[in-house]
Amino acid sequence: MIETRGILSYGVYVPYYRLDRAAISQVMGSGGGRGWRSVASFDQDTTTMGVEAARLALATTDQVPEALWFSTVAPAYVDKTNATTIHAALRLDKAVSALDFGGAVRSAAGSLRAAISGSQRTLVVSSDLRVGFPTSVHESVGGDAAAAILTGSATDGPLLAEYLGGSSATAEFIDHWRIPGDSISRTWEDSFTEQAYGLLIEQAWEDGLADSGLAKKDVDTAVIAGLNGRAVERLGDRLGVVIADDLLDTIGNSGAAHSGLLLSHTLDGAEGGQVIALVVLADGVEVLIFRTTDALATGRPVCKVATEAGNWAEVAYSTYLVWRGLLEIEQPRRPPPGRPSAPAALRNSDWKYGFVGSRDVTTGTTHLPPTRAGIGSSAVDKMEPLPMADAEGTIATFTVDRLAYSPSPPVVFAVVDFDGGGRIPIELTDIDPTEVAVGDRVVMTFRRFHTADGIHNYFWKARPVRG
Amino acid sequence: MASRGICDQVAIVGMGCTPFREHWDKSLDDLLIDAADLACRSAGITKENLDAYWFGTSQSAASGISLATPLRLSGKPVTRVENYCATGSEALRQACYGVASGAYDSAMAIGAEKVKDSGYQGLNAFPIPNDGTNRTLTAAAMFSLILPAYAKRYAVDEEELRRVVARIAEKNHYNGARNQLAQFQREISADTICKMPPVAGGLSVFDCAGVADGAAAAIVVRAEDALRYDDTPLYIKALSLVAGDGSGLVDPDYDFTTFPECAAAATDAYSQAGITEPRFELALAEVHDCFTPSELILMEDLGFSEPGTGWSDVLSGTFDLDGDLPVNTDGGLKSFGHPVGATGLRMYYEAWIQLRDQAPERRRVDCRGRTKALIHNLGGYPGEMVSFVGIVGTELG
Repeated sequence: MIETRGILSYGVYVPYYRLDRAAISQVMGSGGGRGWRSVASFDQDTTTMGVEAARLALATTDQVPEALWFSTVAPAYVDKTNATTIHAALRLDKAVSALDFGGAVRSAAGSLRAAISGSQRTLVVSSDLRVGFPTSVHESVGGDAAAAILTGSATDGPLLAEYLGGSSATAEFIDHWRIPGDSISRTWEDSFTEQAYGLLIEQAWEDGLADSGLAKKDVDTAVIAGLNGRAVERLGDRLGVVIADDLLDTIGNSGAAHSGLLLSHTLDGAEGGQVIALVVLADGVEVLIFRTTDALATGRPVCKVATEAGNWAEVAYSTYLVWRGLLEIEQPRRPPPGRPSAPAALRNSDWKYGFVGSRDVTTGTTHLPPTRAGIGSSAVDKMEPLPMADAEGTIATFTVDRLAYSPSPPVVFAVVDFDGGGRIPIELTDIDPTEVAVGDRVVMTFRRFHTADGIHNYFWKARPVRG
Repeated sequence: MASRGICDQVAIVGMGCTPFREHWDKSLDDLLIDAADLACRSAGITKENLDAYWFGTSQSAASGISLATPLRLSGKPVTRVENYCATGSEALRQACYGVASGAYDSAMAIGAEKVKDSGYQGLNAFPIPNDGTNRTLTAAAMFSLILPAYAKRYAVDEEELRRVVARIAEKNHYNGARNQLAQFQREISADTICKMPPVAGGLSVFDCAGVADGAAAAIVVRAEDALRYDDTPLYIKALSLVAGDGSGLVDPDYDFTTFPECAAAATDAYSQAGITEPRFELALAEVHDCFTPSELILMEDLGFSEPGTGWSDVLSGTFDLDGDLPVNTDGGLKSFGHPVGATGLRMYYEAWIQLRDQAPERRRVDCRGRTKALIHNLGGYPGEMVSFVGIVGTELG
């Protein structure tokens, strides 16, 4: 008997900042459009956003992934695996393999298909950070986001959605492309690419339905994702089913993450027993069809896409350009920080990536960072690891540092006291320096502090609890 | 556990201090040669006749060679020491112990820093390879945490407290304006300081120590030999150093209104020197006003004011040049400037001229029969610092 495969849990991450598309033309005289796009902060990349989505996905399940697959077209590194950073931040066991699926937007849907088709509990993370030339359609339409889906079998635990079947169609044609090293994509005339997808979609849709043993009328909602906006919009009509919100007005097209983002958003609003078809237009067509279960009602992530999309602050267009490296500003006259030491980072991996402190078992005192000798104790090596990434804390005191080096000055810095013990002086993020106050509640978030010698320095910051 | 000290066993018999400036035209070697020469001439001794050398510099040079080479010291024990902003005092402490131990009859403690060649603002620690999780906050920002904490703990209005620390800077600029060696010889009013835009928390650049190049040196000998060099030597009454264990950054009970390391060093130093009422026994105090809130906290941690009353003592002029206990009569780090390795010895230089009635008349302290002065340094940050407290006096016993 073939095991029923499907989705054990899921989570999405949409960064805190939004760009008003109208602001683009206000500054540049052209470009922009209606609505808002999500913007990764200066201290985020596809890896850190992937961590946040994955943390959310794993928060609602007891199931531990056996594999972690990370897919992006804006990788923080090449040659080096990015999934290993997420693996470390999630504190997964060494035996859990962490792999990157890169190169093309299609890889994200492909990795989900491969995970569903496999036999392991695989956490499929997709993340994207969309950059376009100032005033371009890419700039305006793009959005930054990450999604994480834990796939597995019914025997692993209650599936939130069962995989029913799907199909794949592949063709070689020039739609969106980018030479390695470039940050901005180019596109062919979209009336051409629309028809190229048009030649594939109907057969793929038929094949997907047949593989699932369904008729078109059985499908409650189709989720269509793809970089090619015209093809997505027009070809969706041909499916003859209800099409889910594309989130373009509030988040934008998040590229490699968009299929996961839209699927998650649809799951957020679905009831048990609904059939959801995921259709991805990317150098061909991928169709994956799911049926939600009653477990969905209690298995949804604590933070839905709509919550993420509704919890934001506006970023000025000029700031956005600085964050994306499209505009350089003068830095404080302070030395930029150096690269982190690889041996030190490995020795302290649990701390640096996992935010694991230590508790002195003789005194109960929390130590951040972990140490061998405890404060107020003569004991050495009487410590137990203390994971603190999910702890909440309160700002005991804070300051705004306009002198310190930062990719986006000023640095807002607080002394945070955690519930249940432990203190750390740490940088705040996703915060307006004029709004921070003693007593504010914060949680931890995984961020990229700076990059030196091509090495990204990842660690944790605190951000306000909102919503 | 003991901290017996070496009260009255060692004496300073000569000192020198260069101007603290942006010395664009002087190298570290130039500053070392100048300070060493001033100190040797002050003591009437030649460098060849000094038995040992301790050279304090935070990050301008490494090893004893960097002093032995410019001074052409041949066959001498020369040690470079570093202890953050207490580096200069640490050099003196080591030199004094070297003499007190009987190993040497005489020694030089010299401190210097060449900070203005970096092209950066402020002081910047030499980067030690690490895992990238260390704080990258400026010292100014760390010390800016004090004001809101102090205001809250002692129910002082934050605006009022802002004026209090501006008043500290005003005082130190007043004193520095009467000091030809000081980096900033200009008076600045508290009003002007309060109007400056903040750069770190509530602090402006006028709340920060001057960043300067400079050097200072002291010659120490056995106390019984001191009168052979000078009629009024300064006897070492106390030398205390405390390195914190960093608990303030981990312990939620630490509230940023006190520097426990400084209080502990002061207690130890007073014990060594036999001082029970510092505010009424000291002729003056040179304290580490790296940022204006530091001096406020130190007035309490060094026992000059009761906890929670330092701010009102500042406002009432207790620590002014003509106050009950003059503090930073030479302008302090604020106005004199802060070449890290030299600063501790620069403070001793002020004690050297004030207690011996050699300070310029326009900032000369009326010692009123008091014969001792206190020197204090701190290095690091609230919650994680080293602190030095030294006491010198003109009389034995």
